This record gives sequence, C-alpha cells and structure tokens, in this order.
Amino acid sequence: MNVLLDNLGEFGSRFLGTVELFVLSAVASLVLGTVLAAMRVSPVPAMRVAATGYVTLLRNTPLTLVFFFFAFGFPLLEIADLSFFTLAVVSLSLYTAAFVCETVRAGITTVPPGQAEAARALGLGFGQSLTLIVLPQAIRAVVPPLTSVQIALLKNTTVAAGFSVVEAGGIYQVLSERGYSTLVGLLWVALGFVVLITPLTLLQRSLERRWSASSGGAVKAGAR
Amino acid sequence: MSAPTAVLYDVPGPKARARNGALGVVAVIVVAALLAFVVVRLIATGQFEGRVWEWILYENIQLALLEGLLNTLRAFAVGAVLALAFGAVFALGRLSDHAWVRGLSTAVVEFFRAVPLVVLMFIFYFGMPSVGVTVSTFTAVVVALTLYNGSVLAEIFRSGVQAVPRGQSEAAYALGMRKSAVMRFVLLPQAVRSMLPTIVSQLVVLLKDSALGFLILYPELLYQARVLGSSGQLGRPLLPVAFVVALAYITLCLLLTALAGYLERRTRRVAPAPAVVDEGA
Repeated sequence: MNVLLDNLGEFGSRFLGTVELFVLSAVASLVLGTVLAAMRVSPVPAMRVAATGYVTLLRNTPLTLVFFFFAFGFPLLEIADLSFFTLAVVSLSLYTAAFVCETVRAGITTVPPGQAEAARALGLGFGQSLTLIVLPQAIRAVVPPLTSVQIALLKNTTVAAGFSVVEAGGIYQVLSERGYSTLVGLLWVALGFVVLITPLTLLQRSLERRWSASSGGAVKAGAR
Repeated sequence: MSAPTAVLYDVPGPKARARNGALGVVAVIVVAALLAFVVVRLIATGQFEGRVWEWILYENIQLALLEGLLNTLRAFAVGAVLALAFGAVFALGRLSDHAWVRGLSTAVVEFFRAVPLVVLMFIFYFGMPSVGVTVSTFTAVVVALTLYNGSVLAEIFRSGVQAVPRGQSEAAYALGMRKSAVMRFVLLPQAVRSMLPTIVSQLVVLLKDSALGFLILYPELLYQARVLGSSGQLGRPLLPVAFVVALAYITLCLLLTALAGYLERRTRRVAPAPAVVDEGA
C-alpha cells in the first residue's frame, strides 16, 4: 500500500499520461480508420488499392516496430522536431487506424444490400448512400468490436514506456530509483489498467447483448 | 470485394467514370507525393548512401540478424505452444460444471486479458527480482506472451465450443457418453475446426507481440536492429536496418495470415450438415 500512497503523485501523473495518449490516439484512429474504410469501398480503384495496401502493411507490422520507426527513425529525417509524446500519438493512431478500418468495413457488409439498393434507387450517390444510409446502420454492428479495438489501444499505450513517454507502464524506473518495490508498483499499475478497462468491457458486453438480438450478426475483431 | 460493396454505387456512366478517373488520379498523386517526400528526405539525410548499407555484406552482421530472427521465432514457438495449452485448460475451466472452477478460470482469464502485455513483461523482468526471483528475458517474454495470448485463446476456444449446435452434445449424451468424452470427441473437434482461422490470427498477434521483448532487451530481431543501427563504425544505419527488419516481420506475418486464409477456405469447403440451421447469417 505504501508504494502506492507514497508515490500517488507519480502514479497520478503517469496514468494521466496514459489517458491522454489513449484519448488523442482513439479520436485520431477512429477518424483515419473510417476514412480508410470509406476508401476501401469507394468506386475509385486507386483509393481502394491505397487503403488496402496501408491496412495490409500496418496490420502485419508489430506496434513496437512502428514506434521504432517514429521514435528513432523519424528524427533522422530532420523533417520536424516533434516530442516523443506526439510521435507516440502518431504511431498509435496510424497502427490502430488499420484495425478500425477493417472493423468498419466488416460492419458495412452487415447492412442488408437492400438498403444501399434503395438508396441508389432514390438517386443518392456513393457518398450520400454511405454517410446517410449505410454507415448509420452499420454503427450498431460496429460499436462493440470497435470498443475491443479501442481497449487494445488503451493497453498498447504502454508500449510508449519503452520510448521515454511519461505513462503508467514506465513507473518501475522511478520506483526503483526511489527504492520502492517495483513488483508491488507494477501490480498496482496492472490493477489500474483493470480498473480503466472494466467499464469499457462492461459497456461493450451490454451493447453486444442489446444489439445482437436484432442486428444482422456481430463483426469479429482481432484482439490487437 | 466486388459483391458486398459494389452495391454502394451504380455502374458508372460516362460522367461518373470521368469523375472517378479524376479522383483516382488525385489519389495516385497524393500517395506518390507522400512517398516521394519520404524518399527525398531519406536521400537528403543520406539514408541511401552506400556506406550505411555496407553492413548488409558483413557475415557476422548477417549472423547477428539471423540470430535475432531465430530468437524471435523461438519466443514465438514456445509462446504459441504454451499459450494454446493455457487456452485449452482455461477454456475447459470456464465451461466446467463446478461453479468455483468456472469462477476461478473466469477471474484469471479476465485479469490477464485486461493487463497490458508490456506491464506483464515488466512485472516478470523488473518486478520479480525485488522478491528474489531472477527471471531471464526469454522466460519473461514467453511467460507474458503465454498468459496474455493464452487468455485470449481461452475465450476463442470457449466461444467455439459454445457455437457448436446444442443437438451435438445432446446426441452425444443420449449415446451414453460422459462429460469428458462429449468434450473430447464431439465438441472440441468441431470447435477447433470452426475457430481455426481465428486461432491462427491470434498466433499472428503473438508473433507481433514477441517484438515487445525489445522493451526488456530480449535479444530478438528488433533489439539486434537497435544495436546495429546505433553502431558508429557502420555509420549508424538505423533506418536501413529497420527497413530490413520490417520486411522480415511483414513477410513472417503475411505467411501466417496466408495460412489462416488457406485454412478458412478449406473449412468453408466442407459443407455444414444439412439439418443444422446456420445461425451466423
């Protein structure tokens, strides 16, 4: 208990860093992922190819390697002087966007084709059918698996600990410098993540239960 | 790709074709510009000069990278086998008829699914020594991979078993089989077959996660890349090495993903028994 209470400020600021990383990357990855999903179903072949290439590339690269490129490689290019925090947000967003894209795309396919056909029959174009008819209906199938993707993102923020970003995973360094037990400290961090993630999991379960009965079928999502 | 998504737009007429063509050109230009910008920066900062690529010719460096690759594969192989075993045990635990076994397994699985893998690795590598247990980086990586991916696999197995139509287990019980026999001969074979693609994709995740060993300095591929990349003698070829390592990871993951796709096609070829109502659609 002492490990937690004596270093409450440190734990607090680090978990705040985790939450900041999570919120910024979650918003960015949702926006980018949805745009990519729209590109993947668009009538323009070049856009489909570009989005598919992006998703294949990022889904098959370890997140640590993405971080490696941005934290160590990007500064070598001398484009802009960005902080590790910004680079961490960029890495997490780019990586997670690929998974968001796959989930949204799978959600789009659960909307009955009659909906899009009716939209076309009314004279709506691709953009209108997608944004007014298909995506709003896809939300129901997409939100539970998207929550899983975002839970994975929340856990992935700890990778940033290896690249000198202030967040919860890196607390062991401070604790061992101050002479506290790193094991106890890290167990508190683990508990902190359980506390952060449990409401998200409960939300996801209840959404799944409420919506799965009436919707077409749930979308499977990778854990990471 | 064509069947479910082409429904979103009409067959393009002359006007739409022109517009799509224009948009296509814009997309190509934007992507090309982005890539060109990166390449220009790479050239401007000397990342394509011969000197920083020289290392690729040295035998001991090739061997070092190969060793890193082998270490990655070793952690992956041991972690995958242990995670599958862990998953099987805890999936059975969660399906048990005894409430305390079920409760315990659920708690374990939910805990390890919620704790970030990095924190698990840190707990074993940095935390354990403070209670007097020293753990090698390999053990820390493998144990963390096993606990996390094993928990995810347990959920996959469990949902697979639960997705087998009830009639199957009822029929098996009617034939006089016991609980374990029903599980072994009737439920598990069907569950594993239907979940095989998902299981393999989780193994891809495990392979990717093994790169997290880099954070506790397990000498895997990425660690070797870091060491090589910061060597002054070779002109700090960080980016060239990172490109090669990225290529290796992507190839490995694509091979596994291709296996998953192959398995999925193969399982789909086997038609479901006609009496079973498909609930997936």
